[in-house]
Amino acid sequence: MKKKKERKERYTRKQILTGYGFLAPFLIMFLVFTVIPIVVSVVLSFAYFNGFSLPSFVGLSNYIKLFLKDELFLKALSNTLAFALVTGPLSYFLCLVLAWVISEFPPKIRSFLTLLFYAPSICGGVYLVFTIIFSENRYGWANAILMDLGITYKPIYWLTDPKYMFWVALLVILWTSLGSSFLSFIAGFLNIDESLYEAGAIDGVSNRWQELWYITLPSMKPQLLFGAVMSITGSFGVGPILDGIFGNPSTDYALYTMVHELSDYANTRLELGYASAIATVLFALMLGANQIVQKILAKVGD
Amino acid sequence: MKRLNRSKGGTVLLFLFILVMGFFCAFPMILIIGNSLKGVTELWKFPPTVFPKNPTLKNYRDMFQAMAGTLVPFSRYLMNTVVITVVGTLGNVIFGSMAAYALCKLRFPGRNRIFSLIVKALMFNATVTAIPSYIIMSNLGMVDSLWAIILPALGSTLSLYLIKQFMEQSIPDSLLEAARLDGASEWGVFWRIVMPNVKPAWCTAILLSVQALWNSSPNVLIYSEEKKTMSYVMGQISASGLSRAGVSAAVTVLMMSVPILVFIFSQNQVLKTMAASGMKE
Repeated sequence: MKKKKERKERYTRKQILTGYGFLAPFLIMFLVFTVIPIVVSVVLSFAYFNGFSLPSFVGLSNYIKLFLKDELFLKALSNTLAFALVTGPLSYFLCLVLAWVISEFPPKIRSFLTLLFYAPSICGGVYLVFTIIFSENRYGWANAILMDLGITYKPIYWLTDPKYMFWVALLVILWTSLGSSFLSFIAGFLNIDESLYEAGAIDGVSNRWQELWYITLPSMKPQLLFGAVMSITGSFGVGPILDGIFGNPSTDYALYTMVHELSDYANTRLELGYASAIATVLFALMLGANQIVQKILAKVGD
Repeated sequence: MKRLNRSKGGTVLLFLFILVMGFFCAFPMILIIGNSLKGVTELWKFPPTVFPKNPTLKNYRDMFQAMAGTLVPFSRYLMNTVVITVVGTLGNVIFGSMAAYALCKLRFPGRNRIFSLIVKALMFNATVTAIPSYIIMSNLGMVDSLWAIILPALGSTLSLYLIKQFMEQSIPDSLLEAARLDGASEWGVFWRIVMPNVKPAWCTAILLSVQALWNSSPNVLIYSEEKKTMSYVMGQISASGLSRAGVSAAVTVLMMSVPILVFIFSQNQVLKTMAASGMKE
């Protein structure tokens, strides 16, 4: 991503002023609301801070407490990882496959299908309708269908029985997750050089699956990487969307994630140092996941 | 377009997949639209139905009644959401485009480093910055004002990233040089040459920004009732129990129609932008 030639260039005063002049309005907001908060968060994670008195340095004790004494944090960590590891890749592949199939339809049908699949990710509170679909009495769709077919004779507690909660949550998250990566993939598929396919056919590519793996995917690697970044960012932030359906805290903390733990310590208990340690761990997880995924994507088409 | 290498079996399989997924994506939306048109007797029926037998607009009328019963006049919530969305989106598009222009077409020290920092910032979710952001906002006196939602949106990295990638692909440096030789100022080049040529990119920024801001429900940053948003009051109506289920569906339909309309009108532009969204390793 970095270009090395930058170092040798000489700049005039005017170039510097114009450049930073154009950049400044955005850069100030970016620094104030993204860069500085990250730095402050990491620094505060080594402190005790309640928001009123001055922070006092406590070394690693927040982290020690997190990993050794806070069972709820470990629960939140494992739930967050479970969601990220399941919903992340699943939604990524769903985006990819849907985009692939959609891109072969004629333009009008393609536009309609794009709208249909993308709409859930932008339509705000509609996901709350899942509380009706999985309602725990017989008016809920899932229960009504199962009871009508005679598969069960009493309603299933979809939203409060930890046995089912994860799966319902997974469904809701997938429903809302066909976002920017999905659009980026469609665009990627639509913009592949046709001559590559002809060349491939001559070289012995014999079916669409080979074509996908050897020709299409390698030539849209940049989109694949962008999509991965978007999916990871989304899959680690799972939490708030579940509260409207399962309540917070959910039964037995079955869907309690790091985002919940973070806001609990930050907003309710006012232990901002401790909450910052949680934020820092979450931050590290997201960056780490990105590194791993970039390594994996480098292998596509080999 | 016709392509080689297509087996019938594979086509049927993929078609079925689209059908199943299409149903999965559409069902909740159809259900909520159906419910918004149902009377009370039809809302609670066993087995439940999707489409109402006797469609009625009663829920939409009741919505205005429910609105009259809110703590502050309903138009207030709507106004707040509209202000946040319009101001935030405009600022996001203009600031983002300016910065994209600088990073893409101007020469100054540190530009590559700043861009790679921005790409890094795409990799994490805003939840991790929530606490320090709150502290910063309270020091700036922004807590409990609409600025608390608008200003952070102006530093949105995703819009900037997409605009910059698109600019790189679609605007040749020679075009800018020609304009500069004709005596155009740097702002003139940006406003009259670059901006009209990156319309797809700012349409995309508008979509992403409208979608995020229209649905924003800032329960920590804003506590005064008269500064709360539509999304918040929608949650309140939904939470007020079964008797309001129809009204709540009507509000939801109204809320979802805005971002969806924006997408319907911008889809082609958005796909053009996304074609340039790729990330180099």
